[in-house]
Amino acid sequence: MRRPLFIVGTLLAAIFALGADQPAVRIAATNSIGPRHLDKQTETAVIRDYLEAWRSLSSAFEQNRADLLDPDFTGTAKEKLAETIREQAKMGIHARYEDSAHDLQLVFYSPEGLSIQLIDTVEYDVQIMNGKTVLSTQHVRTKYVAVLTPTEVRWKVRVFQSEPE
Amino acid sequence: MRFRISLLGALVLAAMPLLAQTGVLSMPKTVAAGSAFSIQSTGSGKAVLYIVGPGQVLRRDVLLGEPAFFAPGELYNAGHYLAILVGGSSTENGAFDVTAANQAAALSFLAKPSRLAVGLHEGVSGVVYVFDAFQNLVLALSSVSFQLSEASGAAQTRTVRTRNGVAWTKMNSGAREGAAQFVARVGDATGTRVIQQVPGDPCHLRMSARPSGERIAVETEPVRDCNGNALADGTIVTFTETHNGDESTVDVPLKRGIARTDMPAYGGARISVATGVFVGNEIRWGKGEER
Repeated sequence: MRRPLFIVGTLLAAIFALGADQPAVRIAATNSIGPRHLDKQTETAVIRDYLEAWRSLSSAFEQNRADLLDPDFTGTAKEKLAETIREQAKMGIHARYEDSAHDLQLVFYSPEGLSIQLIDTVEYDVQIMNGKTVLSTQHVRTKYVAVLTPTEVRWKVRVFQSEPE
Repeated sequence: MRFRISLLGALVLAAMPLLAQTGVLSMPKTVAAGSAFSIQSTGSGKAVLYIVGPGQVLRRDVLLGEPAFFAPGELYNAGHYLAILVGGSSTENGAFDVTAANQAAALSFLAKPSRLAVGLHEGVSGVVYVFDAFQNLVLALSSVSFQLSEASGAAQTRTVRTRNGVAWTKMNSGAREGAAQFVARVGDATGTRVIQQVPGDPCHLRMSARPSGERIAVETEPVRDCNGNALADGTIVTFTETHNGDESTVDVPLKRGIARTDMPAYGGARISVATGVFVGNEIRWGKGEER
């Protein structure tokens, strides 16, 4: 079923950002999500799991522990992120990613229900550390395209790719 | 606690022209995945250049004032990258994006279902995600050609443009049973799935009866769907005989498209045949009647 065009994005900060350090999350209006109706329960689950994936990413990159990606990433996304973490560890550096805002739009739900795509205009701070020495601190605003697929108990991020806004 | 950089820094990044300058670092604003590029520094002496992103991280010892060259294939994962030049007690920063190559090299093609009945309107769906040679999602527009071909040669073709790297379609299953090939193609990249088309619901069920000693031998004609496909062997056909209020039933699997059995020969008995919810003809034994 096509979602109404006029639905205004809902501010879900109250749901997803229960603490002061939680990112602000906004769900943009969805004009069309493709061939399959997306019910509210699925939408909520996908967004919850995607945001949880960011928390996993942050922990994994800060601690240089690829295994922390396991609950939330799969396939190519997990392989690429895990490889980056291994390289970071070899170089003796680590990265602190702290997402501060997500502007999300679900853009595609496949007909058989086995993949869902979203676009996230995200703002995050990234700090590159060499041991306890800060090499660089930057604020980044970029657009992520993510594809999530369902597993037994949750949606996992299979494609996780940023592109210029 | 959050860490922040200055608003000025963010404004400088946002205002970068095609060849960005950030402090003493000059670099392209965007690089196609797997392409060669260089980063120019100024000054003199030795330094370490880090290229850092969630998708990849590189470290390079550099001489300040000389370009650091990155060969084709060195930086291949699409994403946003920081360039950090560490020399002595100072660091310089920059940022750039790596974008997916525009040329499709691999398709993630999901076709559903893998088995379905013939003649179903939009019964087959196909979804394609388009990737470059480095498994980056190709976000530039591409045209995906979908083709569903039956063994008989009949084919349906549709061309769909990608949106955010994905394209989908729905197609009708064909009229003939058998394996159909579902092919998605973008440039030289193809994906093929086999869709097994099976006969639809029965559309023709007719039996005949003849004496067989003390019993009645009943036998169907080949059982077919509305497109003339023979129903699969093993499909259960039910013969029911009713006589003086008593009813006996025999379930028989199709064998070579035909079901046959024998039943007690009672004068005036009525014998009917059905498969699933489809009911065939009825015979009244010994009265010369048949419906």
